Amino acid sequence: MNKTWLVLPLAGALLSACVTINIYFPAAAAEKAADKIIDEVWQSQQGAAKPGDKPAADAQKEETK
Amino acid sequence: MKRWIGMLLGVLALSFSAATFAAADIEINTPGVTALKQSLRARFQDLRPYMDSGAVGLTADGLLTVRDASSVPLAARQALNGLIAAQNGDRNALYKEIARANGHPEWEGEIRSIFAQRWIQRARPGWWVQSGGGWVQK
Repeated sequence: MNKTWLVLPLAGALLSACVTINIYFPAAAAEKAADKIIDEVWQSQQGAAKPGDKPAADAQKEETK
Repeated sequence: MKRWIGMLLGVLALSFSAATFAAADIEINTPGVTALKQSLRARFQDLRPYMDSGAVGLTADGLLTVRDASSVPLAARQALNGLIAAQNGDRNALYKEIARANGHPEWEGEIRSIFAQRWIQRARPGWWVQSGGGWVQK
């Protein structure tokens, strides 16, 4: 019976610690998400207007090789 | 006693798997975020010349500001101020929307500071960014 009183608060403490972990801000994932959005917002006008440009440029590169 | 230990371990395992799941990703594929992205991208095309010339700089709190008004013709200044205010409005809304979409409105400040770092880190050569209280040209 003694042990129950010891274990219960311990379990409570552990649980609250886990809740803390659970709402911890995922900085690495947020950084990745930010980079993705920044890429889209700052992409050059040509890139946005003509998405077919890049493959053509790649093909040209291969031709010159 | 054994039962207690087993229960504790179970609770621990559950909590950790929940934590990993929650931390795995930041949701940015929501209609709100997509709309703000498009609006930010469209206005960036108008703002870019001013960023290239150094008239507009990137602030340490994830926004834009007029850095050198004297390099902008008087007639264009009002329009530029309007552009910056609108862009900052969208940026603020973006940070708020990402926090909200991930179920943690209180993350807005952290998301803003991550964005502030990344905008500055990825600024194009020639752009001016706030760093350590002063302006630095990339």
